[in-house]
Amino acid sequence: MTTLTRAPVRSPEGLLRFAAPQQFYPLAGRLAPWFAWAAALLTVVGLYIGFFVAPTDFQQGEVYRVIFIHVPAAWMSMFIYLVMAFWAAVGLVMNTRLSFIMSQALAPTGAMFCFVALWTGAVWGKPTWGTYWVWDARLTSQLLLLFLYFGFIALTRAIEDPRRADRAGAIIALVGAVNVPIIYFSVQWWNTLHQGASVSLTRAPSMASTMLAGMLIMAIAAWMYAIAVALWRVRALILERERHTEWVGEVLAAEAQTQGRAR
Amino acid sequence: MQWESWSAFWQMGGAAPYVWGSYGVTLALIVAELVLVIRRRKDTVNRLLRWRRALGKDVGGSQARMESVE
Repeated sequence: MTTLTRAPVRSPEGLLRFAAPQQFYPLAGRLAPWFAWAAALLTVVGLYIGFFVAPTDFQQGEVYRVIFIHVPAAWMSMFIYLVMAFWAAVGLVMNTRLSFIMSQALAPTGAMFCFVALWTGAVWGKPTWGTYWVWDARLTSQLLLLFLYFGFIALTRAIEDPRRADRAGAIIALVGAVNVPIIYFSVQWWNTLHQGASVSLTRAPSMASTMLAGMLIMAIAAWMYAIAVALWRVRALILERERHTEWVGEVLAAEAQTQGRAR
Repeated sequence: MQWESWSAFWQMGGAAPYVWGSYGVTLALIVAELVLVIRRRKDTVNRLLRWRRALGKDVGGSQARMESVE
């Protein structure tokens, strides 16, 4: 049983010590602003390229410029779910508190990106396909991903006992992860209205290089944003979970002092 | 530069409602998420401060009992 190894003799060395919520809380607070600034800067660069450098698409006209948010949002919605499933698995195997908290801190941001992917896709589909929505494999599996996010968030918040909530959420995260490759490969496996991948590792991208550059920069910006927001959110979750501990008492005392000074 | 004028830019070749509808909703969601996430930590801190005071604990934490959560 893992409980036998629960009492650490000494704190682990190197990066591993940040697996302790007490160490991770201040680290997250220091790192988050850097990721947020990187996201802001990359967004400005990416949108400048997307709107002022990238040419008009010869088939779609200007409406294609939605892809600068659509594709990064869709990638992030899938990737964040996989990261959640990864932390859920780590949590179940290693019984580490912080792993479950990480996957819960990521879920709302993943859901946000998933909704953005669906929304921008629908709004782009109307002038391009003539319809906001079709029940093809890509769109349907992406909608299922949104419901998986909602299910995960609802379940982890509805269960009072944090350990049971962690485990129930971890199971949704792991089972739902099966849907991610289905989304990704749906355009190959089925005859979908949604077009195939424009970017792949094995062949040249089917778009102008400035379009591709704008899209990739926006994708990195989306990464930076997701990391920043997840780090901010994880701080609140850590305080909540660790409220009985001495170190949170000290953090709260320091916060009370700053509040007192601000008044 | 892709645009002859700023008004041509805003019109997006006739696709303005679709392009700006996409970007507008995305921007609103991002701003909302940032506001919520920052407010959430402040709310958590305030709630936990009230909770500790209600328990009669010194918010300095020196008397707080070290408790293993798991």
